[in-house]
Amino acid sequence: MAGAGAGAGAERKAQLETVQADGADEGCVTFVLHGEDHTLGNSLRYMVMKNPDVEFCGYSITHPSESKINFRIQTRGGIPATEILCKGLNDLSNASKHVLQTFEAQVKEFRLKQGEAME
Amino acid sequence: MAAPMRNVDEIRDRVILGEFGVRNVHSTDFPGNYPGYDDTWDLRKFKKNFRLDVFHMDENTLEFDMVGIDAAVANAFRRILLAEVPTMAIEKVFIYNNTSIIQDEILAHRLGLIPIKADPRLFEYRNAGDEEGTEIDTIQLQLKIKCTRNPRASKDSSDPKELYKNHMVYSKDITWVPIGNQADVFADAKIGPVHGDILLAQLRPGQELDIVMHCVKGIGKDHAKFSPVATASYRLLPEITLLQTIEGEKAERLKRCFSPGVIELENIDGRRVAKVVNSRLDTCSREVLRHDDLKSLVKLGRVRDHFIFSVESTGILPPDVLVSEAINVLIAKCQKFLNEIDSTEME
Repeated sequence: MAGAGAGAGAERKAQLETVQADGADEGCVTFVLHGEDHTLGNSLRYMVMKNPDVEFCGYSITHPSESKINFRIQTRGGIPATEILCKGLNDLSNASKHVLQTFEAQVKEFRLKQGEAME
Repeated sequence: MAAPMRNVDEIRDRVILGEFGVRNVHSTDFPGNYPGYDDTWDLRKFKKNFRLDVFHMDENTLEFDMVGIDAAVANAFRRILLAEVPTMAIEKVFIYNNTSIIQDEILAHRLGLIPIKADPRLFEYRNAGDEEGTEIDTIQLQLKIKCTRNPRASKDSSDPKELYKNHMVYSKDITWVPIGNQADVFADAKIGPVHGDILLAQLRPGQELDIVMHCVKGIGKDHAKFSPVATASYRLLPEITLLQTIEGEKAERLKRCFSPGVIELENIDGRRVAKVVNSRLDTCSREVLRHDDLKSLVKLGRVRDHFIFSVESTGILPPDVLVSEAINVLIAKCQKFLNEIDSTEME
């Protein structure tokens, strides 16, 4: 379970931390994602909000000069927030993969059509 | 005329362009917001509704439509295209001799902004603190040019093109100096500036430039010179609904309120009736809402999940490669955090 821990390895700085949460409630956690901004923050927030077990999800940029975001997830029914975060990341990744496949197929088809039209 | 949308569907799917403002902007289709609608994320439902059509593609521009995706994800792709797809650009400029009137730092700044035609996927990032640079992370370029007087110019000419040789320094004067095994690896790739006609400096006889440059891999977030797109933008598909039949002189005025090609007049029983032919061409100026007798006859809006993307590349990579790379960057970001969570869970 993600505690207030740092990442593995002494040289690599942790990219993902959690703000120390009080109480034993694993469903309400604030994650700190380093090196990220609205690009991942907003799209990940959208994916997590699409999950019916989520009671609250939001992100904020603590200070515009620091590139890190505070990403908060509160779940319904005591489901661990880390699981929700994993699912959100996986959903976003799978959706992007599908977009990539569709895009490359369409580009190939467009090129074929262009090639036919020129002959 | 299409059947009027149910109120709920309109709130879910359309952005409404009113006379004094734009309403209904945010996406609200989250589970629990609408009774009777299941808005849980379902990859199969997404795959069924998602559509991507390439509208126009040439070597530097690409226009395509993405339908069925949310603004958060589409915006993420746009932001990544602008700032997180890596390219190669001149970073270190070693000025051995600069007797031109362009100051060293101004010249170095201009050199940095030149797009360099080298596939960034074949190079690595330079390690922090590495001053020299190796063949896998650096491209070395050279600019060595001297302006001289033209002995064959006629005595009374005042045209600098005739009087001087090499008095305009263009980016085509930049030559590639292969280091290490680059000469073999990139034998057929012409590494150098994308455009040869970028004016860098102007010289007069006796002035010269002797400059060595190192290009490294970087991203637009670090410095805008690394951005691979001239620009990447998207707009939502406009939607124009005519609430009544509009004919005759009013139809003519309605046609003039929109961009050409959006509204056409067709002949029905001898009367000229207005019809929406191609709302995609409209620029949504809302001009029709300025006319009191026309504003109650139309409803202007945008389809919230239909994005018309326009990507213009600077010439380093073709625009379709840029879009693929951008989507890969987003996938890599997600994977990075998933790996991090896995590694902390195993402790």
